[in-house]
This record gives sequence, C-alpha cells and structure tokens, in this order.
Amino acid sequence: MPVSETDVRKIADLARLSLADTDLPAITEQMNNILAHMDVLTRVDTGSMEAGDAATESGMRVRDDRVAPIPMNTTAPLLAPDSRDGFILVPRLATHEGI
Amino acid sequence: MRNIIDIINESVQRAADMQYGRDGLNIIVATNRGASIAAAEEVASGYGRGDTMPLAGVPIAVKDNIATLDMPTTCASRILAGYISPYEATAITRLRKGGAVVVAKTNMDEFAMGSSTETSAYGPTRNPVDPERAPGGSSGGSAAAVAAGIVNIALGSETGGSVRQPAAFCGVVGVKPTYGRVSRFGLVAFGSSLDQIGVCAKSVREAELATYLMSGLDPLDATSADVAVPPMRDAAQSDKPASLKGVTVGLPAEYFPDSLDPEVRARCDGAVEAMRALGATIVNVSLPHTALAIPVYYIIAPAEASSNLARFDGVRYGPRAANAADLRTMYDATRSKGFGAEVQRRILLGTYVLSHGYYDAYYRKAQAVRELISRDFTSVFGSGVDLLFTPTTPTPAFKLGAVTDPYEMYMSDIFTVTANLAGIPAISLPIGRVRGLPVGGQLLAKHFDEPRMFLAAEALESALGQGAHQ
Amino acid sequence: MTDWSKKYEMVVGLEVHVQLKTRSKAFCACSADFGAPPNVNTCPVCLALPGALPVLNAEAVLLAVRAAIALGFSVNLKSVFARKNYFYPDLPKGYQISQYDQPLAVQGTLHARIPGETATRAIAITRLHMEEDAGKSVHDRYPHMTAIDLNRAGVPLVEIVSEPDMRSAAEAGAYLRTLKQILEYADVSDVSMEEGSLRVDANVSARLHGESKLGTKTEVKNVNSFSAVERSLQSEFERQCEMLDRGENILQQTMIWDASSGTVRPARSKEESQDYRYFPEPDLPALILKPAFVKKVESDLPELPQKMRERFRSEFGIADAELDAVTADPRIAAYFEGVARAHGDGGHAARWVMGEVAAALNESATRIQDFPIRAPQLAELLDMIRDGKLSHTAAKAVFANMRSTGKTAPVIAAELSVTQVGDDSQLEQWIDEVLAELPAEAARFRGGEKKLTGVLVGAVMKKSKGRADPKKVNALLGKYSS
Repeated sequence: MPVSETDVRKIADLARLSLADTDLPAITEQMNNILAHMDVLTRVDTGSMEAGDAATESGMRVRDDRVAPIPMNTTAPLLAPDSRDGFILVPRLATHEGI
Repeated sequence: MRNIIDIINESVQRAADMQYGRDGLNIIVATNRGASIAAAEEVASGYGRGDTMPLAGVPIAVKDNIATLDMPTTCASRILAGYISPYEATAITRLRKGGAVVVAKTNMDEFAMGSSTETSAYGPTRNPVDPERAPGGSSGGSAAAVAAGIVNIALGSETGGSVRQPAAFCGVVGVKPTYGRVSRFGLVAFGSSLDQIGVCAKSVREAELATYLMSGLDPLDATSADVAVPPMRDAAQSDKPASLKGVTVGLPAEYFPDSLDPEVRARCDGAVEAMRALGATIVNVSLPHTALAIPVYYIIAPAEASSNLARFDGVRYGPRAANAADLRTMYDATRSKGFGAEVQRRILLGTYVLSHGYYDAYYRKAQAVRELISRDFTSVFGSGVDLLFTPTTPTPAFKLGAVTDPYEMYMSDIFTVTANLAGIPAISLPIGRVRGLPVGGQLLAKHFDEPRMFLAAEALESALGQGAHQ
Repeated sequence: MTDWSKKYEMVVGLEVHVQLKTRSKAFCACSADFGAPPNVNTCPVCLALPGALPVLNAEAVLLAVRAAIALGFSVNLKSVFARKNYFYPDLPKGYQISQYDQPLAVQGTLHARIPGETATRAIAITRLHMEEDAGKSVHDRYPHMTAIDLNRAGVPLVEIVSEPDMRSAAEAGAYLRTLKQILEYADVSDVSMEEGSLRVDANVSARLHGESKLGTKTEVKNVNSFSAVERSLQSEFERQCEMLDRGENILQQTMIWDASSGTVRPARSKEESQDYRYFPEPDLPALILKPAFVKKVESDLPELPQKMRERFRSEFGIADAELDAVTADPRIAAYFEGVARAHGDGGHAARWVMGEVAAALNESATRIQDFPIRAPQLAELLDMIRDGKLSHTAAKAVFANMRSTGKTAPVIAAELSVTQVGDDSQLEQWIDEVLAELPAEAARFRGGEKKLTGVLVGAVMKKSKGRADPKKVNALLGKYSS
C-alpha cells in the first residue's frame, strides 16, 4: 500500500512535524521502500489471533489510592521553557487569538 | 576505603578524558566528577558500616536514555538538550544501593533509534576495536565504554537488539533480560512493549550481577513482573568451566541461512563444539516465522514510538522553538528542529500505521504475527530445548557511513529482534574474531530463565577463553 | 416562533464525563483535590516527564465498577486501556489514556423520571469506560499566551455514552437528572456541573416524524447546567429545523452554547480533521476483574433511588410528590428516613424535612450532613407536635432555637414556656376567667352566637400566652353554648 506525498503531508501534520517541500519526495520514497517490506505480513494467515492474550491472563497490578507523589528534586514548573505565577505558558492556538 | 574513591576518580578521569570526542571515539556524553566522588564517598561509608554491596565502588556508565539525577538525560537528541531529570530510574536506584557509582552517560542513537550510534545528535561513536567502524547501536556508547576500558559495566537499553548488537560489534558481553524482569521506570520509552534495560559488560559474571541487582518487581512499572530475583551465584571455585550436561541447546535453522558470512558461521561452529564438549546436547530446530520479525518490529516499534515521543512538544521541558506566533507553529518548529531525520522517519512511519484505515492492515496484523513468532519459541522450548544458540548479527561491525539505506540498517537487527518481540531473555558474548573484528554468539532462553542462560554463557565464555577475542 | 416539534423530531444522545471521588489521580499518586495553586499537584507521571509510567488506582476501578453496576451495565471482566493520541498543551503525554474497543462496561439502561409523569422512560446506555482527565487551559489570563495548569491532568473519569434514545430536551434533562441522582446514591462522584465533576456533551439531530434514518448530528458543548443543556438542545434543534425546512444540509460540527445570549454558534473550525490513532496502551496490561470482586461491589452497592422510593412508599405511605422530594438527594433521604423511623408518621416527617429543614438549609447554605438538628432531635420535635405539646407556631419557634443552640425540643419548649397546655381543668379555668372578663360576649355566646367562638378562643390563647391547645379550647367552649 504505497503512500502519496499528500498522505505523508497529512501524517506529518498529525505528528506535528513540518516537512520542507523539497524533502517531501525523498521522504515519501523512503517510506514506500520501507512499507514495501511490510506487505509480506498481509499474506500471513493469522486467523482470529490477537497478540498478548495469554500474557494478560493475570491482568495488571493496581496501586492503593494513597497520596504519595514521586518526589522530584526541582519544582516541576521550573523545567518549563516559559512559566508565570505557577502556570506553564504556551503560545495561544491561532483559533483562540482575538478572544 | 580510599580505594573506592581512587577507583571512581580514575574511572571518571578516563570518562572525562573521552568526553566530547576528545579521544576521537565519542563514547561519553556527560560526566559529573563532583557527584561521582560524592557517591563514591557514600558507598565507602556504607561499605564501612557493613552494608551488603555486591558492586561496592564499581564504576558504571549509563546510556543517555536512562534517567539520572546528577547528569543530563538527553537521549542524544536536541529536543532534550540540557534536560536533567528530577527523578531517577528504578534500575539506577537499585544499582546505587548495590554500591555502583555512575561515572558517565554514554552516547547512543537518538532515542535509541538506530543500529550504529550514527543518529546521535552528538555525532557518531567509533568502535574502539576499529575506529573506522561503527560500534553498533543503539547502545553503541555503552558497548564501546566497556570495550575501551572506561568501565566494566555499562547500562544500555534494548528495543530490538540495541545492547546485544553493539556488544557483538565491540567484543563485549551484552544482556537483554526477560521483558518485565527489570523495571522500565525511568527508561525513556521508545517501544514500550519491547523496551528493556540491559547490560554491557566485560564478563558474563559482571553482566549477571548488574542484571540481578536491577531486577525485581517495581510498583512504579505496571509491566514489571512479580517474579523472584534469582540468587547471586557464588564465584566460580576454579577456572574450569561449568558442565553443560543435561542442557539441550537448539540451533534454529533460520538463524544460519546460506547467505551467512562463512567466517561468522565458523566461529559459531566453534562455540557449538565448545558447548558440546561441555556436555550439552545440540539439536537442530526451526523457528519458522523468523523472517517476519523485521517487518513486525518495524511496525510495532515505530507505532509505539510515535505515541511515546508525542510528549516532546516544547511545553513542559526541553528547548522550545523561539518566536512562534501560535501554538501550532511552536509545536511544528520545536519538533522538526528537535528530532533528527531517523527519529522523524520513524514517527511518520508509526503515525501512518496507526492512522485511520491502516491500523488493521499494519498494527493489528503485526501484533498477530508477533504472537506467531512468540509461539515459535514457546513450542521449541516446550519440546525439551533449554537454550537456543545463534549468531548475534549476520556480519561483524560495518564501516561508519557504509549503510545508508534505512531498511538495510534495520536488517542488522534480524537475529536480535525476535527476543524482544517474544519477551524472552538473551545474551550475546564474544566467540572469536573475523578479519580482526569481534563476532558475537547469542544464547536465548525461555521467559525468566536467566539463571540457565547465565550459567551456559559463563561456561562457554570460560571454555573459549582468550579464543573468544582472537 | 414556529413549533417545529410538530413536523420534526429531535434525536439526542448524551456523553457524560464524571469525575470519580478518589484521593489520588488515576495513574499516579498525586492528590486529585480541586483548588490547589497551579501545577502543585503534579509529579513525573502526570507531567509526562521522560521515562515516567502510569500505574492504575485501585479505588478508581472500584468506583467505576460501582457506577457501572448502579447503571445496570454488564461489567466486562477484561477491559483494555488504549491511547487516544492528539496534541494539546493541557494533555501532557500527547495522548489520553482511555478505553476504546474493550471498555469496562457495556449495555446499561437508565430509567429516567420525567417530571410530572408517573412512568419512567428506559434509555439505553451504550458504554461506560474509564479514562483520565486533561489539565486546564486558561486562554484569557495573559496576552497572546495560554496558561496551563496540570493539577487536574490524570484525575480519574468515567465516560458514560447513551444511545441516541432521547426525543426531547425534557427527556435529555430527565436522563441527566436521573443519572446524577443514581451516581450520587452510588457515592462515586460529587457530580457537580458547577465544579466540573460532571460534564455533558450532547449530540443532537432533527428528522421528519416517521423517518427512521438519523439526521446529521451536531455536538453541543460548553453547557454548565442541566437547564442549559435543555435550552441549548432546543435552540440547536430549532436552528437545524429552520435549515432543513429551507432545504439546507446540516453540517456535522461542534456548536458552542452561549449562555448569555441563549444561542449556539459553531466552534472555530479545527485546524485539521482528528485521527486519534487509538491503540492498546502498552504500559498497562489488560484490566482483569475477578467475578467475586464484581459480585462484592454489587452486594455492597448502596440502595438506589428507585428502590428507596418504593420502600418509602410502602413503609411510610407517602405520596409521589413527597417521594420525589425526599429521595432527590441521598443524604436528605437518609435524614428523612431517620426522622420518619423515629417519629412514625412519614407524611409529617416529609412535610417538615422538605419544608422547614429544606428552607433552613437553603437560607444558611448548609449541607444536610452539617445541619445542627439531627434526625432523632427533629423526630422528638415532631412527636411533641403530634402529642399536642406544641402548637405549630410554637414548634417553629422551638425549631429555630434548636438550630441556633443545639438544645433539644423539650428543653427549649420549657425554657420558652411554650409547651402547649391540654389539661382540661387548666383550660376550663382560663375559659371561666375569659367569660368573666367579657360578660357581653359571654352572654351572646351562651345565647347561641357561635361565631363568637373564634374571639373567645383568641382571648384564651392570649391569656395562656399561646400555650393553650386551640383545638381543645374550641371543644370545651361547646359546653358553654346552648
């Protein structure tokens, strides 16, 4: 199932990556080269098998409802590139400008 | 215990000397002498009080994708430039308790995506055995750190062979424990269902010690297994290798294709003969779905990665693209500048295979085939085979820059990815050299059967002796 | 205004997010409390620091299962968490941990009580799944910047998705009120729309009566009360009907309710279509519940409103309107039951609880659990009224005093000397005195002028300082008249 340049543009959009127009053909070609190797899987008969069915029999461990946050040796918001009054700041969504 | 402090000081010095590629090898990406000496002093006083510390004062290097408090954790990526984790990985905490002292962070492929350490934002690491060649990857820095004598133990991480493959290329021991054996808490996620912290070491014994110290249930990782940690074996009583009587070793046909480098095959034959001589029963087996492992792996790992790497968005930590007019521009610029080409390629691939209309054909199908690959192992191990022996890689270390096609690079993981897909433990150890380059042999065991794996690996290591490095 | 409902039928499905009452967050041990300074309740997990991993809160599972059972769902013994991938600055990981194709519970039913109707309407609920909340984005605090607070990020939610089974705004309102009531009884959430612990997204479409195909739906968001849901649905329905009637096509989009103008407007269009790329969360194995666990949650389930209503009806013999009132809130219901049990007369108890008590709670903005007059004490007051020891007026005064002092009814009645006198000899003595003091009226009364009874009773009440039992005085006066 080959991808088109439009597909790659759409995927990049979803992944929040901006691709230069000049790189698009090469990236599309690389992706198609890789995906071509995946097509072998479509020919494998897997019946109704789903992965991990046996592994999950016991299910997941859960934790008690206790307030005991993992300690951190710096206050978290200080990690943020921009913050004020304890808030993390980011540029606004274009659709929210003008509010 | 001045001794410990001296040892650490020397180790930090060796690491610092090599930092920023000053040695020409580019193995080390960070050191912190003050913190390492302080840690050594603490170990010395704890040791003095009689605390049990199997690795008292042993310097270790740590792959740059495992969270440490006193050195940056950047995954060799610009998107985490300067990032220092405010918490530490469970594996590190446990090794520290066991007396180990972190002396350096090691170079790696960016976000562990690569098989040569060439995708690092710090530039490639060179193989200490032959600086023209790649050390393998993605834990190339850790394998090289052991090969170059900076440390005897270095932590790496595996998603598809990222410890065993560089260990083979650099001529050291590399271990990938059973999925769930070692907590992933603090290991920066790549492919969550495949990731496992592993060890590069000078010897099987040292690899085993470090593995067991890190092992055991961790309440902070829901996928860590509630399985008892095996007891540490006593040091060998003599230089004579342990017997492998009663151990059945299977040789899967799919790992010895006609196309296999004849000299690699010859080294494997030598290792098999050594095991036979130690009393092992050797049988030929088949793992029929092996050829599907690379396509399966390169769907599942990028899919999980595309989601795992969504958190690197410039909002809460890490550098942010400056002067973005709006949020969308900030996201795109931060991520496009922050991630290298291979990481972006895998994010695109992963996003695609999960996207609407393609999920069933790719991701769901890959998970089902993964189950077939797992069942290959289950049925072989269920038929009386205790261990499998294979070459770790089809070829010895390739030259830096020699592999330019992404899929050809992916194929260098062909013998290692299956253990990650099945979740079973595996170890690579040197079994000789070809044209002066190390060759690795691999032992695979059933889930949580690390004790038998280490026993056999140590017996083989001992039987091969210096031959493993010639 | 055109009554579109004659021509078109409204079709509504509701998605309700309910915050579960846990101490800590769904996947980390941070406090789930509301109201801390920004980003204080955060840790490596809910900040999505590199290397951090989620671990599920057992209490969240318990509450979600309890909610599912209370809503008549069939609980899946195996459910699977999935990642819903999208970028937003208040979504730290770049994905929300939710449940997708294997949710916690499926096929529930809610019997919505529509005000003024005796029968209930059965509304099918498709699924209930667990997920985590996002943080909060504040767009209007700083110029050109959005401020992010991650205190709420990772708080446990259940999402309850109904079938498009409702046919009017009133039915949607009834569904929501009944849902809220059941969840309150099940004690799984604070279910407060004001505080955001219950959030509603409504899908609405219109079609000609008799048409079996569903019309194109829109999603109405930004509603913060049940009545706003009803008004926004009506408004959106009318907008759609007008369009359909003009032969226009409905655009599938999100509509924002503007409470101040009472209208809906289209949300600013998203930059690109969403593709959430759901896949099973690899950091969390499947959630496997033991049948015994589910059974235990079921047997420990608090009594639900419908059952309690029927029990109150048979036990206390009270009427529908009163049943609705006393069972609206589980704490009020428990209080009422305490009063009714101790006092014996359910109707009397209901009138007082919904009258004086409700008014007092309202006036002082107090919750029933903090109300100073506990159920046995109120019952004691009602006993005194029934036994003729307090007039209704006196009882009100005693009630007010009980609220402020915390003393019991008999003590206050004695202190205020308001205990009603029903003793015949005392009453006759007062009557004799009054008749002596008012000879003219007494003569006319004795002569058969019955209408003077009221005047005389009033005089006796005045003489007794309000303590005489007026009914008895009335009866005794009869003996003096010919």
